[in-house]
Amino acid sequence: MSNLSKKELRNTIANCLSDQMEPNALDENTISETLGERIANAGVSRRSFMRYCMGLSAIMAIPTSLMPKLVEAALLSPVTSVVYLSFQECTGCLESLINVFPSTKYKTDSIENILLTALSLDYSETLMAPSGDKAEKSRADAIAKKNYILVVDGSIPDDKAGAGFFIQSGKTGLQLLKAAATNAAVVVSVGTCASFGGLPAAKGPTGISPTGAISIKAALKSFGGTYATKKVINVSGCPPIAEVIAGTLIYWILNKKAPALDSNLRPKMFYGETVHDECYRKEFFEDGLFVNSFDDAGARKGYCLFNMGCKGPITHNACTTLKWNQGTGFPMEAGHGCLGCSEPGFWDKEAIAGQGVGFYKPLDINTVDD
Amino acid sequence: MTNIVIDPVTRIEGHLRIEAELGADGKTITKAYSSSTMARGIEVIMQGRDPRDAAHISQRICGVCTVVHGLTSVRAVEDALGVKVPENAELIRNLMIGAQYVHDHVMHFYHLHALDWVDVVSALSADSAATAALAKANNPDYYANQSLAALTTTFNGVKTKLKNLVDRGQLGLFANGYWGHPEYKLPPAGNLLAVAHYLDALGWAREVVKLHTIFGGKDPHPNLVVGGVPCAVSSNYNNQASEDLGGTSLNKVNMAKVTALIAKMKAFVDQVYVPDTILIAGFYKSDRATGYKGWEKRGGTGWNYLCYGEFPENGIRDPLNFLIPQGVLEKGSLAIRPLDMENPSEIQEYVAHSWYKYLRVGNNVGLHPSEGQTNLDYAGRGGPAPGANYTLNKGTGYSWIKSPRWFDKPMEVGPLAHVVMMYAKAKNNPVTDAEKAHKRAKDLVDTIWVGRLKLPITPDAEGASIDSTLGRIAARTIETSVIADAMSRWHVKLLSNINAGNLATFVTDASVVAQNPSLKGFKWTDTSTWNNGNPLLVGVGFTEAPRGALGHWLSIFGGKIQNYQCIVASQWNAGPRDGAGIPGPYEKSLEGHTLAIPTQPLEILRTIHSFDPCIGCAVHVTDPNGEELIKVNVSTTLR
Repeated sequence: MSNLSKKELRNTIANCLSDQMEPNALDENTISETLGERIANAGVSRRSFMRYCMGLSAIMAIPTSLMPKLVEAALLSPVTSVVYLSFQECTGCLESLINVFPSTKYKTDSIENILLTALSLDYSETLMAPSGDKAEKSRADAIAKKNYILVVDGSIPDDKAGAGFFIQSGKTGLQLLKAAATNAAVVVSVGTCASFGGLPAAKGPTGISPTGAISIKAALKSFGGTYATKKVINVSGCPPIAEVIAGTLIYWILNKKAPALDSNLRPKMFYGETVHDECYRKEFFEDGLFVNSFDDAGARKGYCLFNMGCKGPITHNACTTLKWNQGTGFPMEAGHGCLGCSEPGFWDKEAIAGQGVGFYKPLDINTVDD
Repeated sequence: MTNIVIDPVTRIEGHLRIEAELGADGKTITKAYSSSTMARGIEVIMQGRDPRDAAHISQRICGVCTVVHGLTSVRAVEDALGVKVPENAELIRNLMIGAQYVHDHVMHFYHLHALDWVDVVSALSADSAATAALAKANNPDYYANQSLAALTTTFNGVKTKLKNLVDRGQLGLFANGYWGHPEYKLPPAGNLLAVAHYLDALGWAREVVKLHTIFGGKDPHPNLVVGGVPCAVSSNYNNQASEDLGGTSLNKVNMAKVTALIAKMKAFVDQVYVPDTILIAGFYKSDRATGYKGWEKRGGTGWNYLCYGEFPENGIRDPLNFLIPQGVLEKGSLAIRPLDMENPSEIQEYVAHSWYKYLRVGNNVGLHPSEGQTNLDYAGRGGPAPGANYTLNKGTGYSWIKSPRWFDKPMEVGPLAHVVMMYAKAKNNPVTDAEKAHKRAKDLVDTIWVGRLKLPITPDAEGASIDSTLGRIAARTIETSVIADAMSRWHVKLLSNINAGNLATFVTDASVVAQNPSLKGFKWTDTSTWNNGNPLLVGVGFTEAPRGALGHWLSIFGGKIQNYQCIVASQWNAGPRDGAGIPGPYEKSLEGHTLAIPTQPLEILRTIHSFDPCIGCAVHVTDPNGEELIKVNVSTTLR
């Protein structure tokens, strides 16, 4: 009995205590609650808990010298580690994530609560205290463990000899990615650049990406072996909505698996519909009332932006359901058509084949279902 | 000679490597090298594309300084077309970039820079009651409605959150910091107060970005358009937009929200950010009693400041009425020199120590952006191969950033340049809004830097000056207060225009042709008409980003972007040595820094972070085939 592992002890205590708690007390738990908080929220004082542990340890014949560890273990269960790497990023995805608001439906919380209690952000170059070798130590320590979430933003450039498009402390982006992916439970590509290549993968005048940029999924595939089959979730968008990023991470943390994904590996709960489906201007679309110039009479009335190049009908995202910045609005509400930024290759997509690329070139209306 | 390497430099935007050589004493920096280690080639991607798309593409140069590149792009295209946008569009753009400044600077102070000055582990040992007393004394307005007892509980809560990280053995973002380094000077209560404000600032930040959502649809990367702003004034003005009544986000309900957001911005800046800056600066300036050499004596770049100017009060064509003035200050002088962006000898870029090659003229000369070449040559210019022994080849190229120079002199850009320029321009009896803002900046410098901190502006005999790491930090705070203050004014003007029935937010085709008759048959929606009267359209757009002077040069041929070049703020600051071997501002600012513990180069981080590096912005054009981009003489004056 005294050889019970810390984990087994915790589970035993939790099971004993939960038997005495109301079922809905557990359901009301926020994702950030430690076992200790759960106990406290159930009205059990620390003193009572300590007495309980004493009793339990006597029953289980645990030496009293281990008592403090037992209490400590129960009160402070470790949370999921997150390692966040950035390659050819603009940092817009991280800037979006920090805007996250609490959502009951998606179990998100404020960023400060998420960072302090829901997960441990063990590597993020934008926010972490250490630099240089100390930062590398944080990364090395984190990726030596198992079951962490590897979050990546930015596309990754190819390594062709002499290219030098990404070198950090003597290592190329592909080398850094491979090392960090080895023990990861899941790889979450945040943003269209990581998900599909994004802007750095867009074509220059010679028809190729200037730096040979590719998506994280493509990079993992190129490593072969277990990397090619590593679980990947794409949270696309330029950037994605804050609650979409956080909601996906928290889904994994709570369920230890990915939510249902579409054929582009995006969570269906956020990307299952097009932004056209729920846009408040859709009725104008159906009635054939369109904006033909910014600030024309139709623009002031909020007519459909189809003729101004809106890509809503072919763009899957949550912009018209969750909306942006705590439901404050979304691009079409502020008068501009959807850029299609959560779709693969959107920078190079022709609205109508053969008629050139551009955000203001309208789709073919005959191809859009009402 | 020891070589210190910091790679990656964290708590910045982008990818930066610093190498520093220590002198014979093993502690003092003699030379420093600033290197950007990632490239994307965004300006190459621009070529051949629709000029109306440029703003959306260039915005993604940076998501921390969102808006600024988009704004510069639309100004560049509007300059090429020779059009001025309606006043409401100028006001909305001022509000958007103003909000960007305020958000960005506050976040920089707390989330990017603070951990260099605030010891999080020390915060754990703070007495919560003492912290409460400090809070009431330092931020009285912010805590006006809270008792000492309530505040003690609050700070206990913050301590507990931190303690949980320690007890759990998962320090996360705070792991492996230089905690306990002798250079940390704040008392525990100061550290705990700062940590509490770090957390509060996260809550504040996600609110204030809603201004971008209302005018631009989302944050980050709100939408901007060539010719104005996309959000028209709602015909359903009294209500939020809806399926039944239509309308847009530019309505009465949202305008009231904007008023509240501006008030929220100002409140946090004036009640938290400004007092915290003064509090922390007080501990990090020189102390005669202890002999501590403070940060008003370190990190200067030599007082050479350059500004393109920003926040037009009377349209973009009237730089005399910019809130942030245009001009150059050099060598400690407060006499403003004019800036001529067209003069080929004034602004030039060097690739002497960058991973590019200049054809025909050789790699040691400077080229004006109108004659710019961007030929990628990492391996040919000394780019080291990846591997365990990776070290920069300092004699040849060592960065993806080019070196901009003004008359061959390195220039610092950014908040310090802005504030000293406003100080230099301030009049005792200001009349215009721009003049009043300059006076306000001067008053804040006099009150805070001179009055409260008792520090000199121009260098004294001991080398104390506003041209320093501490000065740069204070300047960022001061300009945030000035800009937050101006935002109400722009918003009130916008509302007054709307109430008066002046609703225009975008140029009509007719108005474009009226402004520039050479644009025969111009249709915004059909770019094949754009070059009708002018086979080649050339334009330049200028902005002052939160980090400093930003310019985009472009040419339009056959309705498509032919050439696109950016010279970005962080290039001026983070660029490597030029053809004469003169170091860039980051490199110079580190010279003379003495490291208390060379293996924990906290001092380097403090000064580099004081520039608020944005390295995604700083990396220039690349052409992977090494082909010379078409040279175009672009007119660079603001017409």
